[in-house]
Amino acid sequence: MISEPIRAEIAAEIARFPQPRGAMLRALHLVQRESGYVSLDAARELAEIFDIQPTEVMEVVSFYNMFFDRPQPKHHVYVCTNLPCSLRGARGLLAQLEAHLGVHAPGDTSDGRIHLGHEECLGACAYAPMMRVDGQYYEDLDAEKAKTILDALGN
Amino acid sequence: MLQSPYVTNYLTQHFADDGFATLEGYERLGGYRAARKALTQMSPDELIELVKTSGLQGRGGAGFSMGTKWSFMPKDGDRPKYLVCNADESEPGSFKDRIMLERGSHQMLEGILIAAWATGAETTFIYIRGEYAFPADCVERAVAEAYAKGYLGKNVMGSGFSHDVRVTRGAGAYICGEETGLLESLEGKKGQPRKKPPFPAQYGAFGMPTTVNNVETYSHVPHIVDKGVAWFQSFGTPKSPGTTVFGVSGHVARPGLYELPLGTPLAEIVFEHAGGVPGGRKVKGVIPGGMSMPVLPAGQLDVPMANEFLRERKTMLGTGGIIVMDETTCMVRAASVISYFFRDESCGQCTQCREGTGWMNKIIDRIERGAGDQGDIDVLLDVAGKMEGGTICAFADAAAWPVQGMLRHFKEDFVAHIGARKCPFPESFEL
Repeated sequence: MISEPIRAEIAAEIARFPQPRGAMLRALHLVQRESGYVSLDAARELAEIFDIQPTEVMEVVSFYNMFFDRPQPKHHVYVCTNLPCSLRGARGLLAQLEAHLGVHAPGDTSDGRIHLGHEECLGACAYAPMMRVDGQYYEDLDAEKAKTILDALGN
Repeated sequence: MLQSPYVTNYLTQHFADDGFATLEGYERLGGYRAARKALTQMSPDELIELVKTSGLQGRGGAGFSMGTKWSFMPKDGDRPKYLVCNADESEPGSFKDRIMLERGSHQMLEGILIAAWATGAETTFIYIRGEYAFPADCVERAVAEAYAKGYLGKNVMGSGFSHDVRVTRGAGAYICGEETGLLESLEGKKGQPRKKPPFPAQYGAFGMPTTVNNVETYSHVPHIVDKGVAWFQSFGTPKSPGTTVFGVSGHVARPGLYELPLGTPLAEIVFEHAGGVPGGRKVKGVIPGGMSMPVLPAGQLDVPMANEFLRERKTMLGTGGIIVMDETTCMVRAASVISYFFRDESCGQCTQCREGTGWMNKIIDRIERGAGDQGDIDVLLDVAGKMEGGTICAFADAAAWPVQGMLRHFKEDFVAHIGARKCPFPESFEL
């Protein structure tokens, strides 16, 4: 169930666009902020709010990398492996983090707590290698710095 | 941590000053003077003519004349008109818009306000890529400050003109940087580009006349209005006036941002400004304008960084994202990384692109593994040739060009892999 406060925020967003559907991406971000992913039930509710079919909601969810259609680990760790980062050791960093967490990227730790993956260019090319952890950028990394950041993640 | 550019000019000179990101600090340094002049002393037609005459080219990749783009907007009719600020920066090697959003958000907003007056737009949508959470927060704060001061909303600066700005966030899709993919995404749909015509100036956001410009392009506008065309044209080349913010990454001593006049030689940027390749190694190749643009070999770095010169070398300025690769670099590996990206990001609408990006990546990977055969190079060129020019948007071209560039200048790397049946570059970056 999408909570009342989130429904109210979605309604406010809808009022800011010439057509209600303009608020769709923001609505999905809001739903994910609350639930961590967009469940089928949430998609049905959003379909009602936007007066479209649930499949139309889910095709938007599946199109964008930042939306998820299933429950997610608590933490998301992405290492940028595009060319500028790879030239400065991003693949080696990712391999070290894979070993550190015991994960083959993209994948989740055995306790289901952390997802480790790679991502395409995040606009941090001069500060490579870098990673995005729960939405925050960490730049100019080496393996030790990166492991320290991951070790400090809460439960 | 995103640093202020190492070399600054009129766009970025105050970026080291935290105050510049605030309305109070921006105004103290002369901000919003140009918008006031535009809204109270200049007609929309005068402004369009000014920007057209200035020769300002879009800084988002295509390099189209900004004033000409504005002039496509209908002048009559009662349909609402919109502006879009394309802040979906995701071209690999590009990170300039990020700093313009974080440190120069009022400068960009002032450019938007002037553009809105010139085109008669009632609302601007600033579409920021979803991963740019902090830059988006900076812009939202700036927009709130501008509303509070009466620089946005009803009767801006007492001029009688009203303008609203909405900040919207993407959700992770490179194709939303393509202007009609962006419009689809803005409307809450999959970001799949539209067939053109109709062009956005006739049928854009929510079906209304729309002009889409890039973050940096808007940021030049207040300076042109404030200081004039002759001043603007004192930077750059006759055909490509002004400065741009180059991003330098890869194998250089000082990767970072450099605001320099268009036409600055690529060698000067790579060697003098960015310090060249560390460790005494030599340059092998440089991608001059974001990963979509064909690579140049070390012998061609004398090229001035402006489209009229880069086109002669079969490449383009793109976003000005310069990626330097040293002599240890395996160009088949580089092509593998590049082709994987386009395979991953193709939106899947057009067959040539959906299938072509996948096959190019598979063939390049096969060559890198040592499993390629002699015919593979011709197949790659054949696939790339068939992707070019035949699809709804330029993504397929952007996927084909870098592969063609690699084969134009570094075919011997591909041939060596096929001959040796392995990668002959043991010191290259890890894949």
